[in-house]
Amino acid sequence: MGKSNDIFSDKKVDHVKGSRQFIADEPHIAFHDKRLWTLRELRDKEAHGIAEWEQLRELASAIKSHTLTHLADYLEEFERNATANGVTVHWAKDAVEHNRIVHEILAARGVDTLVKSKSMLTEECNMRPYLEERGITVVETDLGERIQQLDDEPPSHIVVPAVHKLATDVAQTFADTIGTDRNNADPHYLAEGMRQDTRPYFIKAGAGMTGCNFAVAETGTVVTCTNEGNADLSGNVPPLYIASIGIEKLIPKMEHLGVFIRMLSRSALGSPITQYTSHFRAPRAGGESHFILVDNGRSDRLAMDDFWYSLKCIRCGACMNTCPVYRRSGGLSYGGVYAGPIGAIINPTFDLKKYSALPFASTLNGSCSNVCPVKINIHEQIYKWRQIVVEQGQVSFVKKESMKLAGKLLADPKRYRAWSSGAGKALASLPRAFLYNPFNAWGKQRELPEPPKQTFHQWYAANRKQENEA
Amino acid sequence: MSSRDDILSKLRSAGRVPEPLPEVPLFDAGLPPALDQFKTTLARMGGQWLDTPAEGLDAWLGTRFPDAKVICSAVPEMAGTLRVETVTDPRALENVDVGIVRARFAVAETGSVWLSEAEYGVNSLGYLAQHLVVLLDASAILPNLHHAYRQPAFAEARYCALVTGPSATADIEGVLIRGAQGVRTLTVVGLGQRV
Repeated sequence: MGKSNDIFSDKKVDHVKGSRQFIADEPHIAFHDKRLWTLRELRDKEAHGIAEWEQLRELASAIKSHTLTHLADYLEEFERNATANGVTVHWAKDAVEHNRIVHEILAARGVDTLVKSKSMLTEECNMRPYLEERGITVVETDLGERIQQLDDEPPSHIVVPAVHKLATDVAQTFADTIGTDRNNADPHYLAEGMRQDTRPYFIKAGAGMTGCNFAVAETGTVVTCTNEGNADLSGNVPPLYIASIGIEKLIPKMEHLGVFIRMLSRSALGSPITQYTSHFRAPRAGGESHFILVDNGRSDRLAMDDFWYSLKCIRCGACMNTCPVYRRSGGLSYGGVYAGPIGAIINPTFDLKKYSALPFASTLNGSCSNVCPVKINIHEQIYKWRQIVVEQGQVSFVKKESMKLAGKLLADPKRYRAWSSGAGKALASLPRAFLYNPFNAWGKQRELPEPPKQTFHQWYAANRKQENEA
Repeated sequence: MSSRDDILSKLRSAGRVPEPLPEVPLFDAGLPPALDQFKTTLARMGGQWLDTPAEGLDAWLGTRFPDAKVICSAVPEMAGTLRVETVTDPRALENVDVGIVRARFAVAETGSVWLSEAEYGVNSLGYLAQHLVVLLDASAILPNLHHAYRQPAFAEARYCALVTGPSATADIEGVLIRGAQGVRTLTVVGLGQRV
């Protein structure tokens, strides 16, 4: 499991099985959980430092609602302005067409090396193998993404792609691929080794490519938000620049960037802004620029009454960092391009059968919706997907049977009361081996709470009833 | 039907009810003094602030980067060893040790400086150089990003960036490393004290 091409097979994703592999390794899961929770805490500190934070979320959500409900108009405006700026604009209805366009641009100019910065859209299109099969060397130039490329794994997180790895893992991967010292796992040493290995590619490459965080209709500008400087090297060093743009990335005006840029890095990493917020409007003198507008399922999603809201996503990853299931199962267990809560609601729009397990990888605690900077109702969408999965009969046998039992129990007050008072007593007196055994999924990675001495019903009967009667 | 027309027609028939576009306020009431805020945030983002050096810019540069061989200047105040005006191929800046540019304006909230092709001369100077020195008129600091994004400069530049400290990564075990793929250090020299 977990190799790059696996996520493009038709095989149904078994999230529980995938996460079991990750959970089995205590040092990895402990670090993963702690690192992502740290990002969540840094995000809180930044958000609480801005008095208008909630107002910014409202604005961001409303700007996205407006744009998505006028998307065709804004795409035409963007195309018109970008074309007037001297950029060649392409349209791709799906991943296949996207990859074909990129290859045609590169092949026509004899480009054999492409440097690129991280782009979830090119991951979604599985572009790298397509180009490599056609003789083009593709070099990921973001450190985390490069680690994943060299280890032949997809990114496990949309912002920090190799967050599931420890430095010792990176030392092995780099020793095998770029020749660093296998026994040196100092992150500074490893990052420097990657920098030295990557630099010559920027000089050698015939083309550079980036994704797009925001596309401004009013000016035809592509905006990238990055920290490493690799997007700006990709866009400014080679003679040819290509940007892949998901059509949902449109915003109407430059002034709207103020709202989104203030929240993006604060939500993602807890920093006030990314080191580089870069605006590619027109090709530089003597250069050439191509923008590819990609649908790949987005127009279908816009027509889904319950799920079109997910198109507001600005890919900050805050929902992943806060999710207890994601933090304890790792991104690769989701078996798709997008992991975590956002993956649980986006992946099923691509392939419901394949990703039918993902809406169940959630406690429905709602934390994802609370941290989302564009106020996507993530946990409600997860719940709605569950209903669809059940209606379409994609639920596993064990889940189905236990749900039937729970259904009977919850529908019958007498049975429920008998069960709940019994369950509390049982929880208090059961030997540990019974609770923390391999058959009880809820006993893994967590301690169960102390059971209350009384059920609520018993407490109410003992207290309030007398008051009411008095 | 072309993919373009296919996509646009699918979007138009998606059945979404048009929603209004809200006004975005400037959120600029009660903000701290711009220069103080800029210095604080710049430091947080790994950049360094320097008041106009008493010994003069060239003398300061010599002590700050004693080993620098190629100093590429895009500003009239400093000569450097290489004038950016003489460079046409962006790749030719591969061996630059220190780049020197002058920002058009800065943003206090985020500690960012604004640079475009007009300031860089050759854009790759800001990213291929090992170190970047940015001259900044201290009176050109805007309070926040809402003010910044109302500057017409964004619509006029072919390429522009809000550059905030040096390049950085925390992709390996969350360890923060300044100097990822771009510059390793970024120093902002305030020219506000000058008459």
